Formats: sequence, structure tokens, C-alpha cells
Amino acid sequence: MKYVDEYRDSKLIARQAREIREAVDPGHTYSFMEVCGTHTMNIFRFGIRELLPANIRLISGPGCPVCVTPNEFIDKAIALAGIKNIIIATFGDMLKVPGSYSSLEKERGAGASVKIVYSSIDALDLAKRNPEKDVVFLGIGFETTAPTVAQSILMAKRAGVKNYSVLCGHKTMPEALSVLTEAPKLDIDGFLLPGHVSAIIGVKPYRFLAARGKRCVVAGFEPLDIMQAISMLIKQKRPGIEIQYTRIIKRGGNVLARKSIKKVFEEKDSIWRGIGKIRKSGLVIKSKFAEFDAEKKFRVQIPGARDHAGCICGDVIKGVKTPLECKLFRKTCAPEHPVGACMVSSEGTCSAYYKYG
Amino acid sequence: MHRLIDSLIMKEFDNAILRQKKDSAILKIGSRKLAFTTDSYVVNPIFFPGGDIGSLSVYGTVNDLSVCGARPLYLSLGIIIEEGLDKKILERIVKSIKNAARIAGVKIVTGDTKVVERGLCDKIFINTSGLGEVYYDKFSVDAVEAGDPVIISGPIGEHAISVLSKREGLAFGTKVRSDLAPLNGLIQKVLKAPACVKFMRDPTRGGLATTLNEAVSGRRFGIELDEKNVPISSGVRQACEMLGLDPLYLACEGRVVLIVSKKDASRVLDVIRKDTLGRAAKVIGRVAKDYRGRVLLNTIAGGRRIVDMLSGEQLPRIC
Repeated sequence: MKYVDEYRDSKLIARQAREIREAVDPGHTYSFMEVCGTHTMNIFRFGIRELLPANIRLISGPGCPVCVTPNEFIDKAIALAGIKNIIIATFGDMLKVPGSYSSLEKERGAGASVKIVYSSIDALDLAKRNPEKDVVFLGIGFETTAPTVAQSILMAKRAGVKNYSVLCGHKTMPEALSVLTEAPKLDIDGFLLPGHVSAIIGVKPYRFLAARGKRCVVAGFEPLDIMQAISMLIKQKRPGIEIQYTRIIKRGGNVLARKSIKKVFEEKDSIWRGIGKIRKSGLVIKSKFAEFDAEKKFRVQIPGARDHAGCICGDVIKGVKTPLECKLFRKTCAPEHPVGACMVSSEGTCSAYYKYG
Repeated sequence: MHRLIDSLIMKEFDNAILRQKKDSAILKIGSRKLAFTTDSYVVNPIFFPGGDIGSLSVYGTVNDLSVCGARPLYLSLGIIIEEGLDKKILERIVKSIKNAARIAGVKIVTGDTKVVERGLCDKIFINTSGLGEVYYDKFSVDAVEAGDPVIISGPIGEHAISVLSKREGLAFGTKVRSDLAPLNGLIQKVLKAPACVKFMRDPTRGGLATTLNEAVSGRRFGIELDEKNVPISSGVRQACEMLGLDPLYLACEGRVVLIVSKKDASRVLDVIRKDTLGRAAKVIGRVAKDYRGRVLLNTIAGGRRIVDMLSGEQLPRIC
């Protein structure tokens, strides 16, 4: 497959591995956090840890959208799914995430209408095709998915669609990274920054990381990208922000996409599963677009959210612990019957450890 | 699913034949050895590129008999129809069953039809049972040795992607046709060749990864796969990249995976490749004594990882 195979060439990857081995200081242990869930998944899928010297430690970060979505959001989605005439439209990997008391998959089994879609635009189409129903799209994800959801709302407004709304759980990345650099237990030398988030926001929002002495490389997702980015992190002389993923990323990001985010959403404090409340790290729908805000449109009441005893997803998301340190891992918690969100999402750290560990 | 079968079905009906956990039960009746199997088909959509629920219900059962070294002979046919199903659709499916039975060389000799209220089944469910005569009984996982090659008869994942893309209306998947086909002809050629075939399965539900994990489970050997040699068509690869699916776990309905003795590898490969269904056959890995009970993958990137049993269904990811 063109533009993919080139980045999986074992000879080029072996050359990067050699360069990394030659460049490392054998007396230092390097801790790098790969922020994005797709990085985590591909590091496992392609066996990249095996290619690295033992003194490079890769820590999985908070960049799996499903994993950082709190129980409260799932509980609201489930409550909405219980309303007659509502169709919940969602990305596939939200289906199995356990909320406080149930999951969308269980509710679907019990008769709720829950449909998997591949984008918010598909959800909008679903609404147009079912005028007698109310379609609620579960808007989760970072700066990568937020512009498309904003677009769906703008398109719905323009077309006068009245039966489409979004339950908004969007989050933004830089604030979470800021919290992680302040976490006392995490001693991170550098970050493999998320490729697709950066395609939207550019590199400016990460400047504080370099100022705090962290090396940063914006990395692509193919094995050669990841190896080259690690090599760049090791060779970086002074903490700064470099771009490895130059075929996609512009330093200034995508102005148009940011404009549509700004038009529809505004910043708000947001709760991250495992991390807690982070200042200005979430997006909510502006009151101007309230008719497309499922929360305002339906005003569902939910009982207090609760966490699952014994689940250490929080520490896993922060990178403080690995899934292997969890008592539930592979026992009570497995992809078939997940306890924590990190086991559900195909990009979740626990799922990656389970599948490829 | 595996756990459900073990904890409930296997426990309650426990007997020596069931315990072998083969695709077909091997029965000794007098001096003859028969293979007996059953399968229910509930595919959605009922028509997909490359086949439909009718041909699937014939070939699926034919293949379950064939991989046990049996010549498929007779099929039963049970149909459960949802009230209100368009008669034309039913006729199309029945004709497809007839055609598939003719191609596979089996006879439908008994059957049952029920109509249930609307909403109690999804359009149509089909069950087929199959009876075949065993002509090859030299399969032996105990005889498997380190270095024995693992062969697959063609590209993987085409059935799963064909069904998924039709169901979800994915434009990029429309080029992918299901690999659905009766394997009895190809398998007979292989098993009648002078070669030692030690293991044979069709990688249906759970795909190649699950089939190989079942082969090594509890054994004193493992399997090492070379990702670069696993045949995958570009359509399937594209769909998998887009949706975040792992092709190793996608169902095939017209492929067979074999472990043969090392000395016979090229002979078996030649026989398979001469059949139209096996032109793209490849050696994809080998038996290894190092990783007992596990399947390892040498990735195309030069790394290495464990290929585990699939648990639950794969769900398309968010981004």
C-alpha cells in the first residue's frame, strides 16, 4: 500500500535502531511518553520495544479519547439511550466502555437504539434519514475529532436539521500534558507528541514543555516514524519542539479547523478519567448552538457516577503504573468483559498489553 | 464465547468425541468412519459481495467436514424465516443453496422450515448439518515438530471485510469480495498427495490468529509467523488500516491453514497452488519449540510480538 509500506521498511527501521543504539548514553535511563493511543498501539503491534536498547523506557500517555472519558459521560449517554425515539450514534469503541452501572452495549442488548458510525457527518446523515427520531452523536476525542463535530453542527444549522444533537465530551491535549509534567512520580525526559492533534493545533501550544526542560518531537504513527522520532528525542541537544511528521504537520497547524472549533465550542474545565479535573481542558458547545447540545436539549438526570474498585486505569493513563501492576488485569478485566476504559478501546494501554504483551 | 462453550456446553454434554473439539465429530459406525458437523448461519447482511447466507450455509458446513479429512456427502437444512420476508428473497436464497450444493457435490437430504413472528429473528436464519465419509485420518498434532512449516491457501480477511463493508455501507470496501468457497476439492487433492499433513483447519470466526492459537494451546510447541509472508489483499489492508482492525483476526470462509512435515512442504504447496482456490498459497511461518502454547509474529518492521486469542469482537476505532 503506497505511503504506508515505505514507513514499514524493515531495513530503514533497522538503520534507525542502529542510530539509536549508537546515540544513547548507556549510563542514563531515558523515559519518553508516547502521548497518543495510536502510538501505543503501533509500538506494540510492530514490536518496537524489542528494537530499542533496554535503557529507553516508553510510557503510554493519556491520548486515548475513549480511555479518558469519565464514567459520568457514559452514564449520560446511557440515560439518553433510554429515552424513546432517541438513536445514539457513536464511534465503535465507545460501545463496550463500562459506565457506573452499565454500558451502551448492554443497553443495546436490552433494546436501546445505539448505532455505530464512522464520523459525525454519518450521524448527521442518520438524522436526516430518520426525521421522526432524535439522533444524538457522542462527541469525544481531542482536537483531531472536534473540528469534524463542529462542522456537523454547522452543517445541521445551515440545513435546518432539528433532530440532530451532540453530547459533547471533547477534550484538548496541551493542558493535560501540563498536568503530567507536574506529577511528582513521573520523571519524563521527553514526549512523542501526537501527530494528528498537532496537525490541527500546530506546535505553539507545546512551547511550555520545552521551557520546562522536556524534549519534544511531534511523531507520525508508522513504525519508521516512531523509531525516527525516538532517535530525534535522544539526539536533541537542548529541549525544544521538533517535527518528525513533516509530511502532515505544519508548525502553524490547521487554521481552518481551529476556526471551526472556535466557532462552535468554548473552553471549559473538564474531568479526565484517572487524572481528575483539568482547567480549561474541555470543550462545550456555545449557547448560540444550544439546540444542538444534547445536554441542554434533553436535560437528563443521572445518579452519582462511581468508579470501579480495584481498577487502576487512572494511574495507567497518567503513566505512573503499567497494566501488569493491576490486580484485575487478565483476570476480572479482559477485552471481552472490560472493567476499565483502557481495556475497551483498541488504543487503550491495557488492551495493547493484553493483546500484544 | 470460548468460555461459554467450555463452562456450559462441554461440561454438560461431556463425552470422548466432543472433547476432541474438532470442526466435525468423527464417528466409527461398524467398519466405517464418518464425520458429522452442524453450524448455524445468522449473517447480516444476507447478501454480500461474493456470496449470501445460502451459499455460506452450504460451504461453511462442507468445509468443516473437509478439514477433518472427510468427503462431504449429505446435508440437512433448517430454515427459520421472519414473518413478512419477501418471497423473492427467499427464492433467491434457496436457489443459491441449490447451486452451492451442486458445486460442492453434496445432497440436501432432510430439512425443516419454520416461520416466526416479525422481530423474533432477523430476516432468515439457517442451520445445516453435514455428514461425510472420512478418507484421511493421519492428522496428529502430537506429531508436529519444530521446523514444520505453516501454510495458508490464500489471502486472509476477505469474507469479514466484504460482510462488514456491505453492512456498514463503506465505499472503500466494495472492491473486496468474500473468499467464500467449497474447499473439499482442494483439500482432497492435498490429502491424497503423498505427504504428511499433521494439522488442518479453516480459519473462520476469529481468523488465522484464533485458529493458530487453538492449534498450539496446551501444546509443547509454539508457532512463529512472518508478517511479511501472510497474504493480504490491498483492499483488505486498506479497510483494516482505516478501521483499526487486525487482519489476523478476520474471518475467512474459503481458506485453509495447514501444518505439514518439513520435507513435504514444497510438494503440498505445489498441489495447493495448482487449484484455482489456492493460487496465492504461502508458507507463513513455522512450528517453534521455544514459545510453548503461544503464537509469535515477526513484524514487518523487524520487531516481534505475541498474537493472542481474540476475545470479544473487534470494534472500529475512533481516529
